Amino acid sequence: MNNLLALSGVNTRIGHYHILQGVDFVVPQGGLTMLLGRNGAGKTTCLRTIMGLWRASAGRIEFDGADIAGRSTPAVAQLGIGYVPESMGIFAGLTVRENLMLAARAGPLDERRLDWMFGLFPALKKFWQLPAGFLSGGQKQMLAIARAMIEPRKLLLVDEPTKGLAPAIIAHMVEAFRELKRTDTTILLVEQNFHFARALGDTVAVMDSGRIVHSGGMRELAEDEALQHKLLGLSLDAHQ
Amino acid sequence: MSQAKDALPRASLDKIPLVLIPLIAVAALPLIPSLPTWVTLTIAGLAMGMMIFIMASGLTLVFGLMDVMNFAHGAFITIGAFVATSVLLPLAAWTEADKLWLNLAALLSAILAAMVVAGVLGLAFERVIIKPVYGQHLKQILITMGGLIVAEQSIHVIWGPDIIGLPKPAALRGSFIFGDIAIEKYRVLAVIVGLAVFAAMFGVLNRTRIGLLIRAGVEDSEMVEALGYRIRRIFIGVFVAGSALAGLGGVMWALYQETVSSAMGMQVMILIFIVIIIGGLGSVGGCFIGSLLVGLMANYVGFLAPKIALGSNILLMVLILLWRPQGLYPVAKR
Ligand SMILES: Nc1ncnc2c1ncn2[C@@H]1O[C@H](COP(=O)(O)OP(=O)(O)O)[C@@H](O)[C@H]1O
Ligand SMILES: [Mg+2]
Repeated sequence: MNNLLALSGVNTRIGHYHILQGVDFVVPQGGLTMLLGRNGAGKTTCLRTIMGLWRASAGRIEFDGADIAGRSTPAVAQLGIGYVPESMGIFAGLTVRENLMLAARAGPLDERRLDWMFGLFPALKKFWQLPAGFLSGGQKQMLAIARAMIEPRKLLLVDEPTKGLAPAIIAHMVEAFRELKRTDTTILLVEQNFHFARALGDTVAVMDSGRIVHSGGMRELAEDEALQHKLLGLSLDAHQ
Repeated sequence: MSQAKDALPRASLDKIPLVLIPLIAVAALPLIPSLPTWVTLTIAGLAMGMMIFIMASGLTLVFGLMDVMNFAHGAFITIGAFVATSVLLPLAAWTEADKLWLNLAALLSAILAAMVVAGVLGLAFERVIIKPVYGQHLKQILITMGGLIVAEQSIHVIWGPDIIGLPKPAALRGSFIFGDIAIEKYRVLAVIVGLAVFAAMFGVLNRTRIGLLIRAGVEDSEMVEALGYRIRRIFIGVFVAGSALAGLGGVMWALYQETVSSAMGMQVMILIFIVIIIGGLGSVGGCFIGSLLVGLMANYVGFLAPKIALGSNILLMVLILLWRPQGLYPVAKR
């Protein structure tokens, strides 16, 4: 299988702190890769480094055959990478419609794609003309994901989409990602919720202290409780 | 499911700040001896507010987009005013002519020249002075203050150190008289220009894609970049437009006072800072309402107790911040 994204020896420093200390992992084309790890492991920093929001001080970030380390954030996004930050990055003062219009760089919204998305996230249709600040947490998360997929993207980076959401909404989110997987989009998803991760992941990489400590198929990890315990500690139970 | 739970939350404009304008006007009514005086002061206050808005609107957007506080903004106001003297004084034959259209042609030339010069200088200023200090607030304050001093000195070199008189074009002198009430013609013009600038800005911000990007950028510039847009380019455009508007405001203000001095930009900057803080940093609508409030306050108190006119505006700002610590229309920040 081809790798759409490959990080090798990526180092990121924030101020005086050396956060990523040589990160290596790959995201296979067309699959959903889970990036797991306890709080503070460096997962968010990793996504931000890929997006060019932090600059890697060393290492290669290969996307679609080109090294994109050091490129500006807009340049990275224009390559076809959609990003859903941990904070969701919703524009609260803009309507749902305006949030999506901004994400559609190519111009007018594609009606068919929009209908497909309304099917996944009906709330967006209902609150179409409402400032996004009025949405609930789950609806905001759905808008953030919809925004990243309003146009076909080669790769989606999604940071902890289940954070703070109720179980029923998480189940809905699983369905939405399953549907998205059918569209050939490659996804790199950061999670703390192991049940969510197990339901969706094809491959997995586990981070700790700024390094990748395990990578492989999701199924092997899901079936090996001892390994889960070793890599993720007790945190996986705390989150279900 | 209950009806109430399914009901759409209503998104409506927060109208309470709008009410403040008539509130101040009505509160001033019993304090002022005669109704015609009150009308005159009210119109004067609105006209002054409109001019402050023209000068302040660019600054609030510049701050909202990139967290840049530009203390040299006043220099563009001053430069606009001096450029107007260079255009209008040699065109005295037009400004003194008995024909309205010649007066207006002279005024429009002055405005155009002032906006172009201020805009071009704004572009150079952004590239040379602001760009190297993005995200470094202390350096921004120091270097833009420095820019202000350099600009003032350059004005002395080009236009000399003296105050320059700048009479209004003939057709804009005097007042319209309605019974006991006299309304200065120039104030009417200031209100019209201010409303036009506000309408144009509102239209661009709410009806165009660039405007959408600006509004999004004021909230979260990082996310705008992550969606694939170069926020720096948008920022430069806003900076140049804001500088050009400062130039326009400088022309309007200079003709209002009929004198131009190198210190005028610095003097109005105090009011401008009050206005953008009252409005909510980054909010154009808040800036508009804040400008009108400050203009009204300055005129009522200036009439009743001239010595405390500026103090009353500072008090107004403090009261509004006690009520809404982020200003009238807080901008949702990441
Ligand atoms: N802006 C920052 N400044 C300083 N340290 C940071 C910053 N962002 C993250 N860190 C540190 O980097 C480490 C990794 O953080 P993060 O990537 O957010 O972890 P995760 O997403 O896995 O929870 C943490 O120790 C965190 O404190
Ligand atoms: Mg994180």
